[in-house]
Amino acid sequence: MGRKLLLEHIDVPGIETFDVYRNHGGYKSVEKALKTMSPQEVVEEVQKSALKGRGGAGFPTGMKWSFLAKPEGVPRYLVCNADESEPGTFKDRYLMEKLPHLLIEGMITSSYALGANTSYIYIRGEYYFILEILEKAIDEAYAKGFLGKNILGSGYDLDLYVAPGGGAYICGEETALLESLEGKRGNPRMKPPFPAIKGLYGCPTVVNNVESIAAVVPIINIGADEYLKIGTEKSSGTKLISACGNLARPGVYEIELGLSVEEFIYGDDWCRGIANGKKIKALIPGGSSVPILPAHLITKTATGETRYMSYESLSDGGFASGSMLGSGGFIAFDEDQCIVRNTWNFARFYSHESCGQCSPCREGTAWMEKVLRRIENGEGNMRDIDLLADINKKIEGNTICPLGDAAAWPVAAAIRHFREEFEWHVTHPQDALKGNYGLLSMPSITL
Amino acid sequence: MVKVTIDDIEIEVEEGTTIMNAARMIGGDVVPPAMCYYSSLPGTGGKCRTCLVEIAAGSTKDPRPMPKLMVSCSTQVQDGMIVKNRTSEKVIENRGAVVEFLLINHPLDCPVCDQAGECDLQDLGFSHGKAGTRYEEERRTFDPIDIGENIKLHMNRCILCYRCVHVANQLTDQRVHGALHRGDHTEISTYIEKAVDNDFSGNMIDVCPVGALTDRTSRFKSRVWFLNPMNASCECTKCSGKAVVWMFGKQMYRVTTRQDKYGEVEVVDGKPEWICNECRFDKKDLSKWTIEGPRHIDRHSVISQGHYEKPNPLKNATKNIE
Ligand SMILES: Cc1cc2nc3c(=O)[nH]c(=O)nc-3n(C[C@H](O)[C@H](O)[C@H](O)COP(=O)(O)O)c2cc1C
Ligand code: SF4
Ligand code: SF4
Ligand code: FES
Repeated sequence: MGRKLLLEHIDVPGIETFDVYRNHGGYKSVEKALKTMSPQEVVEEVQKSALKGRGGAGFPTGMKWSFLAKPEGVPRYLVCNADESEPGTFKDRYLMEKLPHLLIEGMITSSYALGANTSYIYIRGEYYFILEILEKAIDEAYAKGFLGKNILGSGYDLDLYVAPGGGAYICGEETALLESLEGKRGNPRMKPPFPAIKGLYGCPTVVNNVESIAAVVPIINIGADEYLKIGTEKSSGTKLISACGNLARPGVYEIELGLSVEEFIYGDDWCRGIANGKKIKALIPGGSSVPILPAHLITKTATGETRYMSYESLSDGGFASGSMLGSGGFIAFDEDQCIVRNTWNFARFYSHESCGQCSPCREGTAWMEKVLRRIENGEGNMRDIDLLADINKKIEGNTICPLGDAAAWPVAAAIRHFREEFEWHVTHPQDALKGNYGLLSMPSITL
Repeated sequence: MVKVTIDDIEIEVEEGTTIMNAARMIGGDVVPPAMCYYSSLPGTGGKCRTCLVEIAAGSTKDPRPMPKLMVSCSTQVQDGMIVKNRTSEKVIENRGAVVEFLLINHPLDCPVCDQAGECDLQDLGFSHGKAGTRYEEERRTFDPIDIGENIKLHMNRCILCYRCVHVANQLTDQRVHGALHRGDHTEISTYIEKAVDNDFSGNMIDVCPVGALTDRTSRFKSRVWFLNPMNASCECTKCSGKAVVWMFGKQMYRVTTRQDKYGEVEVVDGKPEWICNECRFDKKDLSKWTIEGPRHIDRHSVISQGHYEKPNPLKNATKNIE
């Protein structure tokens, strides 16, 4: 089943309470870091572990930490990104709901490494019930001396707050998050300056995903050398995957990076294949923003090599025949699902969630949504398909933040791999309204 | 000082200068169009994306080209940077796309819009747009609202440049939000109406690049190209009293700030010469102003159609015919 570094004790009754968590090895990383390591040594350990950011972009966490500016007399902040709103991604929720102390422990150890004395967990508004779970756990940690002044007698102080957002996907973009945390409208900022130089309240700030911060705990506990033995050369460690769609056993799984995609979909320990004995038609491996893969590119790459659950293997083939690990939102589509409908659904999401600051994203996402709605509802033209392809080229790269790209890529990939299905919607408007374009009517794809 | 080359023209500028401002120092065709950036309003820029340029070389130190187009209003020049504006096909193509994006939901109601003739979006459409549209969907619509007694907001025409929000920001620290909602249903709205009860709120009208904010005391009175703009000044305790008055014969139809060739309020001794609401809305009486002479406006060719700057030879000719 592979090693579990994050979810090992998830099924222990009462693990959400301080005492049970502590009895199962909890808060050891705080003790180790504060008592035996300098902040710089913690940073170096994380750098050595090659941990990649689990929020979607996969930026090396240790490198991000090393960029943090340290001007005299200016506070530094660590902000945990718990805005998790990408369709298909629900791993952070699971972790925070069941193991709130794991995140808090990670926050303490990481804040110590960065020299932050005030840290925040910014959580999406819809996770209000988790906010309560976290606050309860934080109270416990204060009571036990793991938060507050002079933690474990080390002289290090840390205050930790949870701040809820208002339910906007865009507030997961790190600079929009900071604006929102400051109490403003969550419009992404122009970069540079990057948060590491000018972040929260104009001070140097690190923004990290929930899972990235949680992963610091095992890295400090077992050491970077041991951590590096897990996963592949370029993708170290374990990753939480939120598997959903037409899978026989959807859910949140912790995998060792480098597990084969085939094993993950069909293996008994994992998703146990496609529900109701159907065939797989398409896969979105890393959340709604990443390119969709057609059936023949899921378990094998374009060159016929085995496809693995790792940063490098999922992106093998680039955008032409690959995708991305992204946030680990793994969405499987069975033979009866409609790709046009799904693309429209995503387009509707991005158009609704665009902050509306920059013209290409504000206007382009809404335009794509309208065109896709027409195609799906049997009112499309052939030229609409090329129009869509052109609109998304004009959004891509021309916007303030990556939401524009995230909205453009799924449409581009859907047209690239499933063009005939779009065309079928245009040529068979009545059928398109009645039913979906099943896999079996796709002549170019052999299983 | 750093050296930068824009469309094959080299210029030396101070470190920290943006590409846009370096281009403005060169002047002419090299200057990218700006629909949201406004020098006297810190924090503006980056939103409309019309000023995108190609960076063919980042700097002498790192001469690699930048993979994405960059916004010239908010990107600082580096020593040895090579910028392509009108000489880049990629820029022309993508800027054309931005113009298309700005227009798909625009009502194109120029025939009934007071801004027509002095509208940056008209100018931009003319210089960078295409004839015809690929947009077949329904346009989004809003109801016009009043922002205070003297200002009308036609949200349908707004391009969400946020300039008016920044004017409000400078005027009051009580502004909460200027923009409501998000995505293509974002709207500049009533929070401003509520928060901006201020002697300088009328300046929002002048910074608005389109006809979204118009002056209720002058709207629908006359086409701008029938008016003669004159530099004028008055004694005012609130503002500099330096303005442009727009005349129709002896009648004063409208008062605005003095604007430079980029449509931005003139800056004198480092201070933008905003005018107060009293000068703008309430002093439509020639006796209150000293006329300094015709105001030269070279941005919108249509305005000079009135030939107000030169004695008009045709004037007497017509008289003779009569
Ligand atoms: C539109 C948009 C939404 C995002 N939403 C999230 C999110 O919900 N959670 C998250 O961790 N990162 C999200 N990100 C990525 C963050 O900007 C940032 O890269 C991340 O929090 C960094 O954490 P990491 O380095 O630990 O991965 C989003 C990015 C964009 C552009
Ligand atoms: S790309 Fe979209 S979400 Fe990002 S800043 Fe621009 S309008 Fe806002
Ligand atoms: S009303 Fe005018 S100034 Fe304000 S955002 Fe819209 S276009 Fe810009
Ligand atoms: S002027 Fe530069 S983005 Fe609008």
